Amino acid sequence: MSLWSAVLISSALVYSWKLFGYLVPERFVSNPKIKELAALLTVALLAALVGIQTFVSAEGLSIDARVPAIVAAGILFYLRVPFVVVVVVAAAIAALIRLLA
Amino acid sequence: MSKKEQSLTAVSLGVGFATGLYGISFGALSVAAGLDLWQTMALSLLMFSGGSQFAFIGVVATGAGVVPAILSAWLLGVRNGFYAIRMNPVLSVRALMKPIAAQLTIDESNAVSLLGEPDRSKERLGFWQTGVAVFVFWNIFTFVGAVVGSQIGNPTDWGLDAAAAAAFLGLIWPRLNQSKLLVLAVASAFLATSMSVVLPPGIPVLLTALLAVGFWLFGMRADRE
Repeated sequence: MSLWSAVLISSALVYSWKLFGYLVPERFVSNPKIKELAALLTVALLAALVGIQTFVSAEGLSIDARVPAIVAAGILFYLRVPFVVVVVVAAAIAALIRLLA
Repeated sequence: MSKKEQSLTAVSLGVGFATGLYGISFGALSVAAGLDLWQTMALSLLMFSGGSQFAFIGVVATGAGVVPAILSAWLLGVRNGFYAIRMNPVLSVRALMKPIAAQLTIDESNAVSLLGEPDRSKERLGFWQTGVAVFVFWNIFTFVGAVVGSQIGNPTDWGLDAAAAAAFLGLIWPRLNQSKLLVLAVASAFLATSMSVVLPPGIPVLLTALLAVGFWLFGMRADRE
């Protein structure tokens, strides 16, 4: 299979999940219990991504410049610092630690 | 525009820009993995789901072939289906608009929309603004990364990987004041991180969906008693 076909087939497959969700009848989803499940799923999946993007690298688990950056981000979010500022500071902390290391 | 709407717009643009910046990383790594500029752009325009895109080029870069690359991208895309199920009744758009809404249904648009709960109009605004903002910035920065990638050095030198993790943390942060969701978030992060050592990419994140279902069933039982 060529790389181009792989790009197009995988894009179509990823899109199919997105479209599938819109074909589930609204009646089923408007149940408050289902809304509760949707909120739980969102938090679980995003928290999983935070964990993986903070601790997992190509070599396996690692504690590196990302960890202090995320800890600082948590503190700044707690202090209600605006979203964009926190993200930029997190990047700067990780970049600075790598520069000095 | 009310003050609340202004702050929602600021969050949408902030999320769009921060996530978009990470697109530089994707563009650069994609070209390094052996894709050309247009294949890289096709992934950002058509697949448009960061996790799946990074998985695809990551597997291609290892030389494992295209079939495992397709499978990992597909697997990592499942969560967008969950988000779409949630967004469908919230958006309540005409059938013709559903394919467009579907393409914009990603982690960020769903999460900002969730911040608008229980106000329907804010949930919709959050979804559309964030979806469009991420789409625009993600594609612009993918292009930049693919073209100048090797000249700006390694994206991690700029801390872009930490920025992506911080952005996801920011998206769930407002929900973590509920103790149940805080416990779920910590347990999910721990489960996915530890399982990443032994399981292929995509599976650990999906395991946390099972954890969420477990919390949900437990919550319903607790409500009945």
